[in-house]
Order: sequence, then structure tokens, then C-alpha cells
Amino acid sequence: MSEHTIDGIIEKYRGQPGSLIHALVEIQHQNHWLPREVMQKVADALQVPFAQVMQIASFYKAFSLTPKGRHEVHVCTGMTCHLRGAAKLRAKVEELTGLKDGETDTDSRFTYQTGACLGSCSIGPELIVNGKHYGRMTPEKIEDVLKQYE
Amino acid sequence: MPKLHTAAELEKYRAEILASRDPAKPCIAVCAGAACDGMDSAAVAAAFVAAAGKLGDKIEVRTTGCHGYCEKGPNVVVTPGDICYFEVQPADVPDILAATLKGEVVERLVYKDPNTGAKAVHMNEVPFYKHQTRLLIGDNPKIDPMNIDDYFAVGGYAGLVKALTTMTPDQVLDEVKKANLRGRGGGGFPAGSKWETTRNAPEKTKYVIVNGHEGESAAFMDRAMLTGNPHKVLEGLIIGAYAIGAHKGFMYTRHDMPLLEKHVRNALAQAKEYGLLGTDILGSGFDFECELHFDVGIFVSGESSALMRSIEGNAPEPRPKYIRTSVNGIWDKPSNLNNVETWANVPQIINKGAEWFTSIGSEKSKGTKLISLSGNVVNSGIVEVPMGTPLRTLVFDIGGGVRDGKTLKAIHFGGAMGGSIPADLIDAPLDFDGMSKLGAPIGAGGLLLMDEDTDMIEVARYLMDFLVNESCGKCVPCREGMQQMLQILTRLTEGEGKKGDLELLEDLIEVTGTASLCALGKTSGDPLKSMFRYFKPEYESRIAGGSEAK
Repeated sequence: MSEHTIDGIIEKYRGQPGSLIHALVEIQHQNHWLPREVMQKVADALQVPFAQVMQIASFYKAFSLTPKGRHEVHVCTGMTCHLRGAAKLRAKVEELTGLKDGETDTDSRFTYQTGACLGSCSIGPELIVNGKHYGRMTPEKIEDVLKQYE
Repeated sequence: MPKLHTAAELEKYRAEILASRDPAKPCIAVCAGAACDGMDSAAVAAAFVAAAGKLGDKIEVRTTGCHGYCEKGPNVVVTPGDICYFEVQPADVPDILAATLKGEVVERLVYKDPNTGAKAVHMNEVPFYKHQTRLLIGDNPKIDPMNIDDYFAVGGYAGLVKALTTMTPDQVLDEVKKANLRGRGGGGFPAGSKWETTRNAPEKTKYVIVNGHEGESAAFMDRAMLTGNPHKVLEGLIIGAYAIGAHKGFMYTRHDMPLLEKHVRNALAQAKEYGLLGTDILGSGFDFECELHFDVGIFVSGESSALMRSIEGNAPEPRPKYIRTSVNGIWDKPSNLNNVETWANVPQIINKGAEWFTSIGSEKSKGTKLISLSGNVVNSGIVEVPMGTPLRTLVFDIGGGVRDGKTLKAIHFGGAMGGSIPADLIDAPLDFDGMSKLGAPIGAGGLLLMDEDTDMIEVARYLMDFLVNESCGKCVPCREGMQQMLQILTRLTEGEGKKGDLELLEDLIEVTGTASLCALGKTSGDPLKSMFRYFKPEYESRIAGGSEAK
């Protein structure tokens, strides 16, 4: 994402300390992670201490303090997916990508994360890549799905 | 687009919408709920739009919120007649359009009973739907959530009109109190009393909040309601604000569902444009604004005081509630928070009256309840039944029983802070107090079936693991107590259980439950408690048998 877009988001909230979370959410959605210098800019513009920006950014799970891969792979670990075999999906994704929960590979292809619950329980267990849901997944089908994302 | 200055203008506008619509004109409603969307219902909708466009103005196509029968998505409902088609693929579109034009039915896509093969064409004949009372979710197939006119067409905002033009705030409050509307978010606390506390709190500035956080695992009805019919929730909120005397409201919901965000943003903008939000709403002199806020990914932010910290822009840490948030909430102002489903009930209570509402449900729990039915069930989806309905109806008549011909072992309610009851309690009625006594409080309404293969110790470990990850870490009993319980449970699942483990767990449940600040820690031991009540032999034999019993 261009610096221009980030600056645009920050400008919208200049001088509004109460909008800290709004600003960080927008930047996270656009940029997929929060670089330190961006958080410094947010702190300056919204007039909040940098420590408070760090507190929010490190507390909420939606924020990432490290760069993400080109593709975000999620396995839902909600209760229905769990009962319907999410653990096998996790094992297969971990085997195929060599990643553990929360990690990004060295060529920045995939970031792998587990999370619950995405509310599509009826089609669980499921794999979600870049927001696209692959419902009623089986470990055998995962390789073909991941192949589509280079 | 018109700004509606008075109630009369709104009713005139509604009459115009209805006059311009021909009820005999076929309409195809394609579900875009979370599960159908996951099965690529968008491709089905696109195929319908493309093909119907070539037919001129003969058929209308509408993309809607969740219809309910998620198991069999993508769902398509054709009106008039409410003909239900299941598991529709883009390739089925030409057949459905051709049949609809001729007034016929595509037999191969209708419901077939898995045992008898009997077909059901219309919604009121499909077993999943016919045992339900769909007062809240029933409008979903009739509404394009992006189009406020669709909500007007089903009688939307009539409750607001009635409240603002014919009732005083006190009368609205009285009606909700008489209706005995109880909070749908988990506690079952009477909404009317909560409203009254905020109304009577001394501070002049007051807030109202929609809690659409829905972090409970396997509960997905609130987002279906809010995504599929956002105006219904908003209408309830405005009516509540009028009764309470609040001029500012907040909708707090999930950040990770793009469709939900799009629909709610659009609904707020439309309501403003039509004059249903803003100053002097419908000429009543009442002013109200509503802001949208997002949870950014931690379960505890659904807790009321934590949620309010989050709206203020802080980390969502709960605070002790010696003073309730209804008296001292956002920025220390009185703040009334109710869950999505609670607000959605308000318009119909005002419209049809408390007497009508209390005629539905059980003695102490009135109205209907939305239930997310999932786990090892044949028909998963969103179900709405009157309070007091026996669980058997939910599990077997609607849910179709257990998947793969297995037997039912347990029914779990209320997610990670709920409880499990054994299959032989299946005739218990769905009721706030009754279910709490059994040790499986309804919570927000996530109902899970567990089949004979379910390892209850592993379920307890899984739920504890979830809570350990979601705790905010502020208070020690929650942070450390749950960690200890998780370690013991993990050992048990690995066949390394020791004598005395169960007693130690019982101690930890008690201390964590007593000393934690908020409900997350306080009720973290509830699933375990229910298991000790009903499934203790399984735990004992696992410890006795060590790894052999695995």
C-alpha cells in the first residue's frame, strides 16, 4: 500500500485520540500489518502517547506487528469445526506449508493462522484463504486449494 | 430519495412502495448468509441476475441475508408460494427460471426426506422450517439488506412511528417491561429494568449500545440477524433510545465480516437520509445519532464494561461492576447495552403490544429465541422457536437428529462458558431458568450436538484452551486459574491423569469462579461443572485407566 493511503487514513483522524482503534483498523485492513513508523505517525497525529498505540496494537488480535505473506490462510478452530475435524486440517496445512500458527514463510507466500469462530459452522470444517471460504474441507483437498495461491 | 419529515409522510411512502410492487410477480431470493456465501452463493446470484435480465421485467432477483437452513445452501426461495430450492448451483439457474415463468417447480431441487424420500416444496412443509416460529428471522428472505424500501414493505419502522407519535417514553418503557423481554445475550436479565436504570440515572447524557460482538463459538444468529435485516435492529435501538432518553447510540460488531460491515454502514446512511436518524425524527422533536464500532478480535470485548472501554478507544479490560454500566458506562455516562436479538424484538413488542408478546413462550421466558444449531447435527442452521419448546423438537424434528446415524451423547449450550447435558435430558424445555438449573444455560443460543464418539474430557480441554487465549489477563484468578485447569485437563487427555486431579479441578473452578472480575473468568469452570455433574464416570475411568482408556 502506498504511503499516501496511510497518510490519508491518519489525516482523517488527526486530533481525535478517541479514534485510535478506528485508525489502526483501517490501516490494518489496507496494509495487513502495522509498521513501527506508521504507529509513530498515528501517535503524533492523534495526540496519544506511542506507548498507548503499542498497547492497543499488541493487545487486539486483529493487529499484526509483523509483515504478512501474500496469502492469508486460516483454519477455523471454532467448536463445530473442532467437532467436525478441524485438527486434521490444521495438521495438513502445517505439514504442507511448514508453518506453525501465526507464522509467515520466508518467501512471504503464506501467513497461517487459526481462529474462531467465523460463523459458517454449517459448512465446517473450513479453510479460508484471503477471505474466500472453502467449506466442508478434507485434508486431501487442501493441497489443491493451496496450489491456486502463488 | 425522500426525507420523511412526519409519520404521515412515512406511511404515504410505504403505501407507494406497496402499490408499485406486484405480489404476483415472481421473485427469486438468493441467500447470501455466511454459510451460503461460503458455498459460493454469489455465483448463483450472479447467474440469476444475468439470465433474468434477458427476460425483461418478468422476474425479480433479490440477494438476501440468511434464510436459516444453512446445511443445504446455497438456498433459493421463490415467491409467491415460498418454494424452497436447496444446494442450488449456477447450472441450475436456467431450469429454475423456466419453471418459475411457467408456474412450475423444479422437482430435483426441492427438499427430499432422507429416510422416506418424501418431497416438500413449500417452506411451511419443509421439516426444518415447519416446526419454527420465525418472528425475527422470517423476514430475511423478503429483504435485500441494502434496500430500506424492502424493510418498509414488510412493515418496517411502523413500531418507531407508533412509539414516537402515540406513546410517551414512559409508555414505551412500560410496554417493554410488561412484555418481560429478557436479554438474549446470555444473562436473561429483564431489558425493561435495565432500560429503567439508565433512564433514571442522574447524568443527563446517556448512551444506548447494540452488542453485536458474538464471540461465542458456534453462535452465528446475531450476525445473521444484523447482516440480513439491519434496519430491524436499528429500529429497536431508536425506540429504546427514545424510551431511555439517549441521543447517541453505538453499534458494536465484528470487524471480520465484510458483508456485515457493508450492510450496517449502508443501513445507518439510509436511515439518516430518510430522516430516521438525526434531529427531530419524524417531526417528534426527538434527536438520535448512531455510530458504528468494531471489535478487533478478542472474545472478552463482548463483556459489557470491556466493550465500552473499547468504544472509548482503549484496551478492552473489564472493570469491577460495583456500579453497573447502565449507570456508569461509556465515558462514565449511563449506558444501556443489549444484544442484537434483544433489540430486534423491540419493534414487534411496540407494534403488537406486550399482551401479544407474552402469549408466546414459557411462563418466565417470553417470545421466541434464535438458536444456532450445529455440531454433529443433520440439519445445521439458524432456528427460531418459542421459548419453552422442548429440546427434542430442536434436535430431532428441526435438526433431523445426529449425523451419520450415530447416537446422541450430549447437548451443549452456551459455548465456552456454557454447559453440557446428557441425551436423556432431551425433553427439557428451552427456557432461561430451566436450562440454567440443569447446568447448561442458553447463553447467546449456540446449541451443539455431540455424538457418541465425543470425548468429553477433550471437549472440556478445548473450551478451556479457547478461554485461556481469550482472557484479557487483567485479573490473576482468571489468568492463572484457567491456565492451571488447562494443564490438568491436557494431562488427562494425554492419559497422564492422577488421583486427586478432579478434586483439584473442583477447587480451581471455585476460586476462579469466585474471585474473577468478569463473567469470562467467573463462568470459565461452568462446562467442567456440568461435566462433573453428568459425565464424572468418564473422567474417573480415564484417570483410573491412564493411557489404556484413551
